[in-house]
Amino acid sequence: MGTPALANEPLAVGTSVRIRTLMPPGHVRAPVYLRGKTGTIERAIAPFKNPEQLAYGLPAKEHMLYRVRFRAGDVWDKNAENPDDMIEAEIYAHWIEKMDQSHAA
Amino acid sequence: MDTQTDGRRWHDMGGQDAGPICDAQHDFSFWEKRVDALMVLCSGKGYFTVDGLRRVLEDMGEEAFETMSYYERWIASINQNLIESGAYTTEELAAQMAEVKARGATYGDASLGK
Repeated sequence: MGTPALANEPLAVGTSVRIRTLMPPGHVRAPVYLRGKTGTIERAIAPFKNPEQLAYGLPAKEHMLYRVRFRAGDVWDKNAENPDDMIEAEIYAHWIEKMDQSHAA
Repeated sequence: MDTQTDGRRWHDMGGQDAGPICDAQHDFSFWEKRVDALMVLCSGKGYFTVDGLRRVLEDMGEEAFETMSYYERWIASINQNLIESGAYTTEELAAQMAEVKARGATYGDASLGK
């Protein structure tokens, strides 16, 4: 398991992370197929206002947006045609948890 | 509404079986381009963002996705967001729609008539 990253805590390139497995019913930006999957931080892009608040016309706090890199085999398991292909997705900090050292690759 | 047992919503389709991808190209009609331009204007004026557009599209549900065209869904969502953000009231919208309808039956009449 991992520890939820804080919105104001920078994650270094290469950090092992897991996308949180939350399943709220509203407008969210982290795709279900990546939730619970592990990858690494490819880069920190920039802070953006949280789209999950903007979607309802509300004032929004800024969250860091990261590009996270996943191995296709880690995302699709046996269904991956090319398990070593990479998938990169842009994920907000509040959907990311850091992997504990004992689980990090 | 949502029928997935794992809690995912209907629009979150990544990784699900979907059959072959349709890669047919088509031109957009004039009204569709206008809807697209309207979205640019609305976000530029600060009425709402693309996030609000997406939120309503998602809340419209899978039936709307199956039965309405892309820009039909967009204009429904834009209208919903404009009402929510106070750009106009439903009463004002109703009066304007009646006025446009009275200009004539064809798209050209309704667009250009005065």
